[in-house]
Amino acid sequence: MEMLNFAFMQRALIAVLVIGLVSSIASFFVILRRLAFIGAGISHSAFGGIALGLVLGINPLGTAGIFGVLVAVFVAWLSRRGAVYEDTAIGIFFSGAMAFGIALLSLGKGYYGDAMSYLFGNVLAVSTTDLWILALTGSVVLAFLLSYFRALLCLSFNEECAKASGLPVNFLYYGLMISLALTVVVAAKTVGVVLASALLVVPGATGFQFSKDYKVILVVSVVSSLISALSGLWLSYQFGLASGASIVLVATLIFFLAFLFSPKRDGVFR
Amino acid sequence: MTILRGKEIEVYFGSKLVLKKVGFSVLEGELAAIIGANGAGKTTLLRVLSGIIKPSKGEVLFFDKPIKNVDLKQLAYLPQKSNFDAQFPLRVFDMVQLGWGTKGIFGRNGYRETKNVGWALEQVGLEGFEKRFFTELSGGQQQLVLLAKTLYAKPRLIFLDEPTTGLDPLARKRFYDLLVSLRERLGLTILIVSHDQEAVLEVASKLLVLDEGKIVYDGQPVAPGLWNKTSASLPQGGD
Repeated sequence: MEMLNFAFMQRALIAVLVIGLVSSIASFFVILRRLAFIGAGISHSAFGGIALGLVLGINPLGTAGIFGVLVAVFVAWLSRRGAVYEDTAIGIFFSGAMAFGIALLSLGKGYYGDAMSYLFGNVLAVSTTDLWILALTGSVVLAFLLSYFRALLCLSFNEECAKASGLPVNFLYYGLMISLALTVVVAAKTVGVVLASALLVVPGATGFQFSKDYKVILVVSVVSSLISALSGLWLSYQFGLASGASIVLVATLIFFLAFLFSPKRDGVFR
Repeated sequence: MTILRGKEIEVYFGSKLVLKKVGFSVLEGELAAIIGANGAGKTTLLRVLSGIIKPSKGEVLFFDKPIKNVDLKQLAYLPQKSNFDAQFPLRVFDMVQLGWGTKGIFGRNGYRETKNVGWALEQVGLEGFEKRFFTELSGGQQQLVLLAKTLYAKPRLIFLDEPTTGLDPLARKRFYDLLVSLRERLGLTILIVSHDQEAVLEVASKLLVLDEGKIVYDGQPVAPGLWNKTSASLPQGGD
């Protein structure tokens, strides 16, 4: 583990562990509630906030967080009102927010090479400040998802049942959407906003290959996500690969293995 | 004793008036059926009565208390089958508890919870199903598990929205027989919305017929079609 002799690798390790843990639990609800497209939409929308931060010269993770949360809340509000279909709202904001980001960068006077690291991730460039932001944001997301886990489970099964049981369904729904947006912020520096959507989908999808019991699914999601994060970081260091890409590729490989040898059904090779 | 009373309930969806001054009452221990054509407002009425949506006007009283002040454990709601995921990844034990007790990630499986789940499953004839996967059950068994879920907190009144949709005739008959038995054994009050008119009329002790958001019949169950002829002489509820 000579790679851990370097301070930037130590920060990278903490960053991938945080994103691995946070995204795996968020991903469980993304798959359960079939929110994969929302995850992709929110993650791409965050680029608008990143560009704003770069142009204004402030930490882009902060502006990405605010931007992502606003988009998530607005999409949720529109779809709950039934004014616009959820996927239509996402399709509009996804492209609109990215276009806003690109337009801002093209108008700005400086050179924004850092934008690429937020688009595709560069875990080696995680600063101590970034790490604090990740830890704080990740803690907020984990605190919400774990404190309200059973309530979110009930909401995911049937909103009317949840409401009839006295659960605060609006708070839970908006809280979940905001958690997804904040998870993207956690992932932005590590894997980039383009690939962040993969981490909101793949670990949960892997877990769902293993069992019909949510407890097993959750544990498999977390374990597979942490394995992807650690081995992706190691591959990135050993072979000079882009960190985000290697983490997502390992996660995707684990998913395919789980799919092929799924104990839930007769796998392809059975 | 009147357990549930609807007073002048009106519900607007946008500018559309879906329920028009609906008023009625249900006595404790009754099995009341709400029937009517598609779009008559049956499900909306059930959602208002169970506190899921607030009426635009009027009020719902449970033992003469506004429903918003009632301990929700006294009421339980079984949604339409089309509104839940039959592939939801839970074991029966967790499904029966879902929504009641929201602490912890993996739920509680102490003595009290195990006893309550066992009791609820026993009431619907599914003893020993605790460890089975919800996804592996037949449509009829899933519906019984959800009925057990409504019984878990030992409510006094349950609301059932089209509970027999998608079930074969035999499973439907068993379900209705079970409702009669639950009513007798537990003294439960049941409000059921159903399209299954003939079957529900056989078991109901009270009938409410909705037509275009209005109650057009409120009284003893009568054969389909007869309420039009008799409703004029019957009082409209919600005294």
